[in-house]
Amino acid sequence: MTDLVWLVPLLPLIGFIINGLGFGKISKNTAAIIGCGSVFLSLIIVAGIFYEDLGRGGEAVQKTYFTWITAGNLSIDFSLLIDRLSIVMMLIVTGVGLLIHIYSVGYMHNDVGFGKFFAYMNLFMFSMLVLVLGANYVMLFIGWEGVGLCSYLLIGFWYKNREYTAAANKAFIMNRIGDLGFLLGLFLIFKTFGTSDFQRVFSSVQSFSSGDITITLITLFLFIGAMGKSAQIPLFTWLPDAMAGPTPVSALIHAATMVTAGIYMIARSNIMYALAPSTSEFVAVVGALTALMAGFIALTQTDIKKVLAYSTVSQLGYMFVALGLTAYSSAMFHVMTHAFFKALLFLGAGSVIHALSGEQNMRKMGGLRKHLPITFITMAIATLAIVGFPPFAGFFSKDEILTAAYSHSMFLFVILSLTSVLTVLYMFRFFFLTFFGEFRGTKYQIDHIHESPKSMTLPLLILMVLSAVGGGLGIPEALGGKHFLSEYFNHVFGGNTRIQSHEVSHFFEYGLMIISMVLIILIYQFTKQRYDKKVIGKSVEELKMSLWYKLSLNKFYVDELYDKIIVKPLNGMSNFFFNSIEKKVIDGAVNGSGQTVYFLSSMLKSLQSGNIGFYVLMMVIGIVAILFFSLINTITL
Amino acid sequence: MLTGLLLLIPLLFMIVSLLMKGKQSGYVALVSSVVSLFISLCMAFTFQHDDTVQFELNYSWISSFGIHFHLGVDGISLILILLTTFLTPFIILTSLQKETDNSNVFFALILLMQAGILGAFTAMDSFLFYMSYEVALIPIYFICGLWGGENRIAVALKFFIYTLAGSLFMLVSIIYLYLQTPGNHSFEISEFYKLNLSSSQQSWIFWGFFLAFAVKIPIFPFHSWQPSTYTIAPTAGTMLLAGIMLKMGLYGLIRFVLPIAPEAVAHWNTLAILLCVCGIIYGSVIAIRQNDLKKLVAFSSIAHVGLIAAGIFSMNAQGIQGAMIQMFNHGVNAVALFFLIDLLERRSGTRLMDKFGGIASVNKRFAVVFAIVMLGSIGLPMTNGFVGEFLLLFGVYQWNMYAAMFAGLTIILGAVYMLRLYRNVFFGEISEASTSILSMSMLERIISYKLVALIILLGIFPNLLLNISAPAVNKLLNLIAHHSNLSSIL
Repeated sequence: MTDLVWLVPLLPLIGFIINGLGFGKISKNTAAIIGCGSVFLSLIIVAGIFYEDLGRGGEAVQKTYFTWITAGNLSIDFSLLIDRLSIVMMLIVTGVGLLIHIYSVGYMHNDVGFGKFFAYMNLFMFSMLVLVLGANYVMLFIGWEGVGLCSYLLIGFWYKNREYTAAANKAFIMNRIGDLGFLLGLFLIFKTFGTSDFQRVFSSVQSFSSGDITITLITLFLFIGAMGKSAQIPLFTWLPDAMAGPTPVSALIHAATMVTAGIYMIARSNIMYALAPSTSEFVAVVGALTALMAGFIALTQTDIKKVLAYSTVSQLGYMFVALGLTAYSSAMFHVMTHAFFKALLFLGAGSVIHALSGEQNMRKMGGLRKHLPITFITMAIATLAIVGFPPFAGFFSKDEILTAAYSHSMFLFVILSLTSVLTVLYMFRFFFLTFFGEFRGTKYQIDHIHESPKSMTLPLLILMVLSAVGGGLGIPEALGGKHFLSEYFNHVFGGNTRIQSHEVSHFFEYGLMIISMVLIILIYQFTKQRYDKKVIGKSVEELKMSLWYKLSLNKFYVDELYDKIIVKPLNGMSNFFFNSIEKKVIDGAVNGSGQTVYFLSSMLKSLQSGNIGFYVLMMVIGIVAILFFSLINTITL
Repeated sequence: MLTGLLLLIPLLFMIVSLLMKGKQSGYVALVSSVVSLFISLCMAFTFQHDDTVQFELNYSWISSFGIHFHLGVDGISLILILLTTFLTPFIILTSLQKETDNSNVFFALILLMQAGILGAFTAMDSFLFYMSYEVALIPIYFICGLWGGENRIAVALKFFIYTLAGSLFMLVSIIYLYLQTPGNHSFEISEFYKLNLSSSQQSWIFWGFFLAFAVKIPIFPFHSWQPSTYTIAPTAGTMLLAGIMLKMGLYGLIRFVLPIAPEAVAHWNTLAILLCVCGIIYGSVIAIRQNDLKKLVAFSSIAHVGLIAAGIFSMNAQGIQGAMIQMFNHGVNAVALFFLIDLLERRSGTRLMDKFGGIASVNKRFAVVFAIVMLGSIGLPMTNGFVGEFLLLFGVYQWNMYAAMFAGLTIILGAVYMLRLYRNVFFGEISEASTSILSMSMLERIISYKLVALIILLGIFPNLLLNISAPAVNKLLNLIAHHSNLSSIL
């Protein structure tokens, strides 16, 4: 199966081509079969690769297909790398991807752009698989920009809405800002190592000492790329807007897979980041601040998807903290569990939105547990998983990151703990507002409310199981577990992890677990009282608007700030360049020199007046001048 | 032999085309351009992938001045020949889409221009180069001046005088170099390479050529003729200018400036690249607020060619190879964009962005084609634009990191103005002007599919082109490296 790895990205690409060329002509059923089938086949091959890798013991395999670009001593191959990191990513991408594809069959069923939707989704799968399979940074970059394009296309999927397309543009442009950083890092890699091939770069980087300025610079540049793709401060504002896309897109691209590309990239470059402690520090701090800020914003959002979007930004922040602490396998662990429960949350939210004919405002929901039992149960598990209640998936992965933070820096630990509390708060608020209390929507909605079809609930149930037991891959030693995942990743991360989890005493771990459990239960009670009321009038949401409340509700005014300091000045500059510099200065100079020539020639023209007397006078002046100068010449000689 | 045919065919057909009337003359021109394409493909397939000059043709022309009618093709020339012969059929087909007054003259001028451009790309004799360079200017002047839009006479005249004035500096430089050649003097370009010029001589030569080419390319701030000329010119003229003609300037930099005055380039390229980078940002920023689609593309073109020139001035393999492939790619993308804008204008009678909207709902096929062309021009990986931009930026990066940072803003700003265009024209509610874009004719489809195919093909297999120019570029770099004193500077 490992030899068939090229089919893994290729199959979805073929799906894209068929559905893309035939949109309008292919029936919905065929489009769905092609869309889901191609991903399913990829998943089977990936499973085979996973199995073979276990037999091989984790040795990396590289496949080179053809030379893509050659220029001078620069040569870039089209090649794929199969190692345990790419295998795990492939499993997440194709596995969760397949579930979301199946879900979409039900969710998008009444949409006119059904075929187009599957075409774009398959294109996304192709790009994402190239991203995780690429054997060099340029291949990674192909996938990186490719997923950015798909994200753009899918955010603006309902392109008649001006707001949605604005969100799409914003996402693409913000990502491109990050991409410039990525490119600069890539250039420096080429300049330093003469290649961008992962294996060659990582083997030659070992001769560098820790804290080397070049490596620090490379890692910083690459991190700018990750900031864009994984929505970290300051490039995070696109992700909440990206919720304009259909909900399966939010689940697949803006929660489970694409936004974790930045984490994957840094985990992939772990050797370099381990050699750049100052960058790692920076990564951790940015991650922690993003986690806190986004968690805080999520507290007051009323759009069901926006809450989840800020929650995603916040959880991504967690992962960056783990990366910054060189706890790479913990970061990947959280990538995985987050893919399960966040995909589930989004799909569940999609199910709610579907049931309420497009309603997204949580204030107009409530009491849905009676009407949507399957959605309710699955969402309950997902919520428990994300808040980190044992023994659900999020508990283990988050616990690992918190432990790592504790053993490294009190500052990070405090911020992350605070964020955990916020997570519990906004998630229970979300949960109670949606499923408990009285229904607050319209009569039309309540008459048409229905549980989603099987194609939608089946993926929910599978993801629920994964969210429930996914943590089993990384049960800490304190609980007598064996950490499968960190052992599995040993080939990739090996000795680059500075912090080993057993450095922290078991006592601390027990304490952490108990405290978090107690906290979760307390907050549960608190939010239940607050939001599980028969009637949620405006009173609860429109309490006195304290400063903090306003800041949270208005997302810290970051969008307004960017508008003031970037968008407006850029537009102003554009007008200034065009109206002043271009028209007046540059064109003025050109026309001016033309007019000068014209003016001089008209002066010269007037010399030729035809007046003989004038000519004679000029001649005499000339002769005198010549004589005069030759005289001066002879004297000075 | 093939080279001679390449020049002769358009000239012969030009006469035939003049004798025809109406659309017939267009068909004659089309036949001519297809024959030229065929010849150039024959060249490409029989071309030996090494650094020699092939398909040579050498006659003594004005022997008293040592001027030879010397044509030849190396890898650098071949890419530009292919560009010219690939695009000319598209340009003629675009013109055939609508009625043109005095079409026999119009198409004859296009063919004359093709001959002139091909002459410049194949000339091995600097006098011949200069002559072809100017011959190509005359037809485009008439095309703009006679078939152009509003205010055409003034704009065309300004364009003509500006470029002509620029190239006079080149003429002086060429004559100066001629006088430096030993013995009976020669205008052979390869003879110029052998001259051992002092630093100050090189500086003069550098600036002489630079002024000529900077106007042609155009490099900021010598560009002010460009937006207005692109805008008023009939679409065929804009395509000829943006797609092919400006490459003569870039070609000149590679053919003359780098090998003849390498020390001066190494000395002055800080300033030159600074200008290029200013142009990249300047053009892109202005493009953000343009409402006239043609003008938007015109300003974006300043940014794109600025990057190409910056790559050339960075004097390394990646920069120059990037320039080679990007010259081709920019030609394809610019012609494709102008073709699509022309289609919009023909159907709806306007090319103002705010008049459109919602075309994606009206004509999906057109929307997809436009999207792919747009992605090519903003350099998305797996489209042609990426490879060029990547190599060029890497070339600049090797010269100076900060220059590459600022030049790299093009990938952000490019997305800003192109996505804005796409959003306003294709997304949103259907506007009145958009309803006229209901369908594409068979011919329009064929043209656009071919261009799209080329955009994707070269994105996946850029080595098809890169391998052609690689040996010649390598030779050029060796020539620069062996030049006296330069190793100490670089």
